[in-house]
Amino acid sequence: MTEIIVVTSGKGGVGKTTSSASLAVGLAKRGKKVAVIDFDVGLRNLDLIMGCERRVVYDFVNVIQGECTLKQALIKDKRIDTLHVLAASQTRDKDALSKEGVERVLNELAEDGFDYVICDSPAGIEKGASLAMYFADRAIVVVNPEVSSVRDSDRILGLLASKTRRAEQGNGGVEQHLLLTRYNPDRVANGDMMGINDVKDILGIEVLGVIPESSGVLSASNAGVPVILDDTSDAGQAYSDAVARLSGEERPMRFVDAQKKGFLARIFGS
Amino acid sequence: MGLLDLFRSRPKNTASVAAERLRIIVMQERAADGRGSSPDYLPMMRREILEVIRKYVNVDADAVDIHVTREGEGEVLELSVTLPEKASPSLKVEAETED
Repeated sequence: MTEIIVVTSGKGGVGKTTSSASLAVGLAKRGKKVAVIDFDVGLRNLDLIMGCERRVVYDFVNVIQGECTLKQALIKDKRIDTLHVLAASQTRDKDALSKEGVERVLNELAEDGFDYVICDSPAGIEKGASLAMYFADRAIVVVNPEVSSVRDSDRILGLLASKTRRAEQGNGGVEQHLLLTRYNPDRVANGDMMGINDVKDILGIEVLGVIPESSGVLSASNAGVPVILDDTSDAGQAYSDAVARLSGEERPMRFVDAQKKGFLARIFGS
Repeated sequence: MGLLDLFRSRPKNTASVAAERLRIIVMQERAADGRGSSPDYLPMMRREILEVIRKYVNVDADAVDIHVTREGEGEVLELSVTLPEKASPSLKVEAETED
């Protein structure tokens, strides 16, 4: 059985592509056969985050339009054998995607024995975003602990509950998870940032993982190496935990408590 | 908080303000979408009540607050109207609805 997972958020810049890349790598590292698809037609970026931008020959739209085979367009990752990337088209407009076309590609991936297809959604709630979520079995809603991101996430939850194949067929709907990113435990402790429970209570769904704000994320994207492959970074380790939970394991949340301050810091503040 | 912070002016706890604002707006938007636990007629009812009140008192657009909460067997419709400064501070009506 192929599981289709959409990584979505509504708001831009919250970490959808970073999360898609790391979750795909994490699942593939566990031996699963994974394809990760960039749905952001015209603003392709997953290839850069995955570090395969110079190997893109054909893209998602080429496959949908029958200009190449799926096999030709899938870019095999150089680090993990079971991981494949399907890049977005950089030159076409969003109308190049069609529901039938997307369905055909997803069916072909299922026939090829993929365990997971990760759909990296564009920001917004228009065609690319709605097609990225339409066929999903599960949704990972990426949210920053910040007012506009939380509000937009709730809009997305509404769409997941009504404008998806599972919702239309009435078979239980799309399974929804929250992934909190750019979480800063010190600021939460100071009362400057909403905490995990605030966001969870407002949106009313379970939290799959909490990714701390980390310099490792920028370094990873600079290098084209998904941050989950950096074992030394807290964000990388937090993504590994999220992948474990996605695979049904239980893991305690890490990196969610404020740093204990030293004596001097407590006197002088920081 | 460091000792020296006692002498600095400190802003309020903005995270709790954010959470409270979001709770209200998310609840309202869910009701407007026909999601959430409150009945879908609430936003419309709220607008109409606001119009009626405005015939008599000039209140702000956010002066009317409507919630439906479960209490044991029944549901309670809680309606609160904040009147402007000079008038009496708040008018509160509670109506029990049959389940």
